[in-house]
Amino acid sequence: MLLLTTLLGAGQGLFLALYGADLYDAARGRASFAPPFVAAAVAGSLALAGGGLAASFFHLGRPERAWRSAAKWRTSWLAREVIALPLFMLLAALYGVLHWLGMLQAALFAGALAAAACLALYLCTGMIYACLKFLQEWHSPLTVLNFVLLGSASGFTAATALAAWFDAALEPGYRVAALILLALAAASRAATLVRNARLRPRSNLQTAIGVKHPQIAQKAQGAMGGSFNTREFFHGADAARLAGVKWFAGLAGFALPAALLALGSPAAAFAVQIAGLLAERWVFFAEARHPQNLYYQAIS
Amino acid sequence: MTQLALVIDLNVCVGCHACVTSCKAWNTQGEAGPLSDQNPYGKDPSGTFFNRVQTFEVGQFPDTHTVHFPKSCLHCEDPPCVPVCPTGASYKRAEDGIVLVDYDKCIGCKYCAWACPYGARELDEAQKVMKKCTLCVDRITDAALAERDRKPACVLACPTSARLFGDIHDPQSEVAIAIREQGGYALMPEWGTHPANHYLPRRRTEARVREEDLQRFDNPLKVDGLLPKPATGEPALDDVTTW
Repeated sequence: MLLLTTLLGAGQGLFLALYGADLYDAARGRASFAPPFVAAAVAGSLALAGGGLAASFFHLGRPERAWRSAAKWRTSWLAREVIALPLFMLLAALYGVLHWLGMLQAALFAGALAAAACLALYLCTGMIYACLKFLQEWHSPLTVLNFVLLGSASGFTAATALAAWFDAALEPGYRVAALILLALAAASRAATLVRNARLRPRSNLQTAIGVKHPQIAQKAQGAMGGSFNTREFFHGADAARLAGVKWFAGLAGFALPAALLALGSPAAAFAVQIAGLLAERWVFFAEARHPQNLYYQAIS
Repeated sequence: MTQLALVIDLNVCVGCHACVTSCKAWNTQGEAGPLSDQNPYGKDPSGTFFNRVQTFEVGQFPDTHTVHFPKSCLHCEDPPCVPVCPTGASYKRAEDGIVLVDYDKCIGCKYCAWACPYGARELDEAQKVMKKCTLCVDRITDAALAERDRKPACVLACPTSARLFGDIHDPQSEVAIAIREQGGYALMPEWGTHPANHYLPRRRTEARVREEDLQRFDNPLKVDGLLPKPATGEPALDDVTTW
């Protein structure tokens, strides 16, 4: 799941960066926009998105049935994401092909559709987590905002790196945009951390077992070994390790890439940023306190 | 609208785990596939169970109560696990309100497990699909079984009759009466899932012991004093009678 959301987010961000530049370029009357850059950016975007998709595919228990997962799009954000993701990739590829063929107006139109699919995909991916109302750490519009900003920040860093190689005229603009997005993403993620620190859990052992006594302690979970419930929802790391990963995520996901971008090595910035964002996503999963944990606190 | 559910009486549950083992046995021998175990005789056993009995200690030593707490899927009336399933494998039956998983559609994405605040769903490591309590739907709908056997295995196995089964929407059913008269409650009501399974609370039984109950106030030995004893030289009854 870490790989899926991080890589996919970066791929989407890269496409948005590309399309944004294309619009700007079109507005300026098609001054310069090297076709190799477009090809590289589309390829990179599709590669990142495809890599994320492959990662998610293999995390399923029964991947051979994955084709069923679009069935409940009326109620399930995961099903909606399963529709939006291939749609985005298809439209992005179409945009790339049209651009390569020189049909720039048609490409712009296809790009608009792809950008809309891209934003819808960010929404779906974020809402998968944000719609679970008792996962209070996730149930907030900040979750969706973080997905958009973090993905866009990494995508724009990738665009800066590609521009450095293929179309140097675009690089300064992309670098500024990437830095701004990094700052916004850092602010949004920090706001989430502040919000989560202030959360008061609505569930406690009293509501979990319905006994109205202030002191309740679990003595046995009904199993001496582990179970799915103890493996899936617990990250297994102690407080020190969690803090360490948080610091790493902050440094490698935001501070270092900003420095590297400013210093002019966007490729290194992107590599460091992806590592940092993977850590950030781990923190996102680790900080969620699922109410079911109340039932699995002590092994006797 | 029928809503079948269990009512679990925490007042009489002794934590014997009969419901756990009978559930495991019934569902492992069924057609849907076994509830797999990993390393069952080894150091870190782990496995799929629909029903677990947990133990909580309420209060501070020495004023403690031990509460044994069986937990299985609560078959919520507004189940959070159903809308999130992307394939539709997770569904709630309209005819009796049981929430089920279609093992042929489930892709094992675990979204439903994250969506359940009670931790009722588990991924079976062998079959790689999500599994949970089925309210023994194969038992309760099996016409070949006798009427008294058409209940979930855990209900039949419980030695203290701590588990009751029935339709909570039918005011005359055993479970509806129990909930009404004994203050049955739902778990984690703050999330609005409206679980169908209810729990009956612990009841304190007190016996008042009065001073006069320990000693009979009309004790003839006390009122009349001791039996008359003859002088040492005289014959006593013991000398002339035999028992």
